[in-house]
Amino acid sequence: MLSIVEIDFGTPPLRTVEQVSLQIDGVSVRVPAGTSVLRAAALAGIRIPKLCATDMLEAFGSCRLCLVEITGKKGYPASCTTPVEDGMRVATQSRKLADLRRGVMELYISDHPLDCLTCPANGHCELQDMAGVVGLREVRYGYDGANHVYPEMKIEEPGQEWPVRDSGDPGRSHGRPANPLFAARDESNPYFTFDPSKCIVCSRCVRACEEVQGTFALTIQGRGFESKVAASQDQSFLDSECVSCGACVQACPTATLSEKSLIAHGQAEHSITTTCAYCGVGCSFRAEMQGEQIVRMVPNKDGHANHGHSCVKGRFAIGYATHPERITKPMLRAKISDPWRIVSWDEAITHVASEFRRLQATYGRDSIGGITSSRCTNEETYLVQKLVRAAFGNNNTDTCARVCHSPTGYGLKSTLGESAGTQDFDSIESTDVMLVIGANPTDAHPVFASAMKRRLRAGARLIVVDPRRIDLVRSAHVQADYHLKLRPGTNVAVLNTLAHVIVSEGLVDEAFVAARCESDAFEQWRAFVADPRHSPEAMQAETGVPAELVRGAARLYASGGNAAIYYGLGVTEHSQGSTAVMAIANLAMATGNIGREGVGVNPLRGQNNVQGSCDMGSFPHEFPGYRHVGDDAVRTQFERAWGVPLLAEPGLRIPNMFEAALDGEFKGLYIEGEDIVQSDPNTRHVTAALSAMECVVVQDLFLCETAKYAHVFLPGSSFLEKDGTFTNAERRISPVRKVMQPPGGHADWEITQLIANAMGYPMHYRHPSEIMDEIAALTPTFAGVSFARIDRLGSIQWPCNEQHPEGTPVMHVDTFVRGKGRFLRTEYVPTSERVNGKHPLLLTTGRILSQYNVGAQTRRTANSIWHAEDVLEIHPHDAEERGIADGDWVGVESRAGDTVLHARVSERMQPGVVYTTFHFPESGANVITTENSDWATNCPEYKVTAVQVTRVTQPSEWQQRHETFSRRQRALVDDDAYIQPG
Amino acid sequence: MKAHVDHLVTMANDIAHFFAVESDRAKAADSVARHLKQFWDPRMRRRILAHLTAGGAGLEPLAAAGVRRLAELDHVTVA
Ligand code: SF4
Ligand code: SF4
Ligand code: SF4
Ligand code: FES
Repeated sequence: MLSIVEIDFGTPPLRTVEQVSLQIDGVSVRVPAGTSVLRAAALAGIRIPKLCATDMLEAFGSCRLCLVEITGKKGYPASCTTPVEDGMRVATQSRKLADLRRGVMELYISDHPLDCLTCPANGHCELQDMAGVVGLREVRYGYDGANHVYPEMKIEEPGQEWPVRDSGDPGRSHGRPANPLFAARDESNPYFTFDPSKCIVCSRCVRACEEVQGTFALTIQGRGFESKVAASQDQSFLDSECVSCGACVQACPTATLSEKSLIAHGQAEHSITTTCAYCGVGCSFRAEMQGEQIVRMVPNKDGHANHGHSCVKGRFAIGYATHPERITKPMLRAKISDPWRIVSWDEAITHVASEFRRLQATYGRDSIGGITSSRCTNEETYLVQKLVRAAFGNNNTDTCARVCHSPTGYGLKSTLGESAGTQDFDSIESTDVMLVIGANPTDAHPVFASAMKRRLRAGARLIVVDPRRIDLVRSAHVQADYHLKLRPGTNVAVLNTLAHVIVSEGLVDEAFVAARCESDAFEQWRAFVADPRHSPEAMQAETGVPAELVRGAARLYASGGNAAIYYGLGVTEHSQGSTAVMAIANLAMATGNIGREGVGVNPLRGQNNVQGSCDMGSFPHEFPGYRHVGDDAVRTQFERAWGVPLLAEPGLRIPNMFEAALDGEFKGLYIEGEDIVQSDPNTRHVTAALSAMECVVVQDLFLCETAKYAHVFLPGSSFLEKDGTFTNAERRISPVRKVMQPPGGHADWEITQLIANAMGYPMHYRHPSEIMDEIAALTPTFAGVSFARIDRLGSIQWPCNEQHPEGTPVMHVDTFVRGKGRFLRTEYVPTSERVNGKHPLLLTTGRILSQYNVGAQTRRTANSIWHAEDVLEIHPHDAEERGIADGDWVGVESRAGDTVLHARVSERMQPGVVYTTFHFPESGANVITTENSDWATNCPEYKVTAVQVTRVTQPSEWQQRHETFSRRQRALVDDDAYIQPG
Repeated sequence: MKAHVDHLVTMANDIAHFFAVESDRAKAADSVARHLKQFWDPRMRRRILAHLTAGGAGLEPLAAAGVRRLAELDHVTVA
């Protein structure tokens, strides 16, 4: 079912500039050339009946309901497949057309159940609507013959009369012969059902799976009246290749494919536009509501990042907000072995303020700090760094981007001048060559992956640089031209070899470099990468990538047309993360692939608001807008606005806070929405640091791993319960809108404000829009941003200012933000984390589609049906050597610690490399990761840990202790603290 | 002086590894120092400076030169 508020124009919009004029039912219409007659009519407010067409899909022309008459043309062409022509005269209504349409509808309805009153689509069923529109009054064919509606045949035999059944309930038998065409409902998917008896075989679902999602899980099997929709090899949806994106459910004009939530609740009555709180794609959604009950989430057709598409997380995995483990009362305790005491907000806030002030009085001003998550809104992260800088009086503020994309900020700022991706997502439509490095978009950025696949199907070429054979390397109708299967930890080496080929084979865009980049730096860089030690042949032994593949990939990237680089955490989460980002920027500059549509350097951000939390001054060394705290002019501006003196020195980053805590110098931490115990490396180090603190304040939805070490718990709000904005990977600021009240009573920004006031620093915002106004007033790149403008435009890509009042889709167009682009020499420095006799394998980590990061949200939804535990992927060769079979328990041991997981023997891995995800706390993936980090930003080296893997029979000691500890911690929470049902 | 100076030494060495590509040693040391000044909180800087005064065990030459240059930027005297 389509959104309840969107108008379906029948066929997709076109980007053509040329306009043509025509007349439809006497109304003059002017539309882009190539537009369908159906869409042209819809744009003029004329609704032509239709069934197989919808504007999320290309026209198909199968139902013959959209027939029209066109002056001078014979017959009755289908308006969905007929393009407009200049001067065309179209009639959409005539007696003949009415007859034809009624005939079509009669056929459809004769094989469709008539249980409209109890059907979940009732009120929004397109078949029902069309029956009404064409004036269908009778169905002459009856249900006696072949049909898909009833489980049993109605056979009239002499002397025997069976009553015709009025519902297709497969559970009841009347002892008649089974209907071979009937198929029972498929309830296997946790979020939607497939009821074939209602299917009109319009193939909208099949086309949605192909065109929109790119998975090709559905087909139409059989011919004529026998034809039916099948998932994969006629499997259940759950067992098929379906990734549960929901595009088919949205496309289905009948109740055949329906959300289970819609079946449970009935039709929504209002809709609120908001933004997904999961990944960095930042899909826009319409929350379709009954009062405060979400009926379903429908991706917004007008959403600039997603254009009406979504993945399983954003569309379906929202149940965590009302999960029974949600804590909604403030709680305190003196020691972490004490039971939690439910207290009033007043008591909790007063306690936090007095403890923080006590710690500062005892241990010094710098003994406390604050951390936010990239799941928080811009306004919330802004407020927390303001609390730290202005009320705490130090700069000990950080965000979880520290552990994911901090190298992006540093690397891109040093080379291009701005800590952000250069393009909008739509830019990919003009891309000829994609270079994907250290990213797994089909799992981590699914909606953008669909856009990539669409472009690849249209002929773009693909280079993948990844130790694993990610799905993009080969999937339905997509095949990478090059897969550089490098050894983990050798990104910089590989990037240097690519650069070497570009420089030594004369593939540099000399004109671009001369005009746009610093020439001295470029010449130094050119000489550096030209050195034979950077040749693919010389580095082959180190990187594991055959030299000829590197040469081929470099040539393709440099000379294949518009080339765009997309990268993820496989680039940043290394000891040389920042260096790799610079090396990427160097490649783009050297080949002139920057500053226009179709090219660029594009970090795919992990969490929804990674970009935003960095923009908002969450890092200890910079104010909002990436300006160093040591910059006197900037600091003075903030001092004036905030009314207090501010420190000119950088504060502690997250790992530095831990070190300082273990040194006894850091005692209090305010943590908003971030689960550092699970997500940060070397868990034991993190828990030791937290245990050394005297006041750990956790503001969260659940008793997360970090909360188990906390002294104060403040119930936070989910993205459904507050207003604000998120900024996605393309710098797009999108609205987050409250659709229900926060069950804890306060939105997160309000809680921060309460703490500030209690600490004697006044904050009096009445609404997050006022916070955004302050951000805009203090941050040049946000100068033009306001809630009102975001609402008007739908979303805004910063920079948004006087020169770019509606935002900036593509950056660095005529000059780089820093003026001239700066090449930096990127020496490859192998990580100190090397394999050795004791730890002969390299472990690397990643994500999976259905789960999200630490899993706090997705684990509390039915998504766990796809991924109920983290497993260790291991190559058959390594498995065999260790006597490991698929499904065995295996111990994974590094120099930091050990854990136990189930093994999955898989050829996706290369020999010598093992892989796991980190979505479940009990997996202890970060018990094994080490304290190694990026040289520039301290972003942890999650992607490389030397380990040994052995077959074992029981969970590790850490897991057993963790299990006991967690059980005890859960028992310390009073039942009344949890969300109350109803 | 507590245990975690070792970690600071590793971090300083890592930073120096990046800037080592610059053949002009004074320039390279200055880059290391500026990086430390820009990103390390004053406590960490004081600690690494004190460590240098105490002999700078474990600091590789360029890292040590960087810390020495940091002393000038931070107006601190090191031995
Ligand atoms: S399931 Fe729905 S969309 Fe698919 S063919 Fe049947 S009616 Fe059409
Ligand atoms: S839910 Fe998505 S992947 Fe699954 S069949 Fe439908 S369109 Fe295809
Ligand atoms: S998780 Fe990402 S891709 Fe999926 S709906 Fe949300 S923003 Fe879109
Ligand atoms: S809507 Fe045009 S043929 Fe179906």
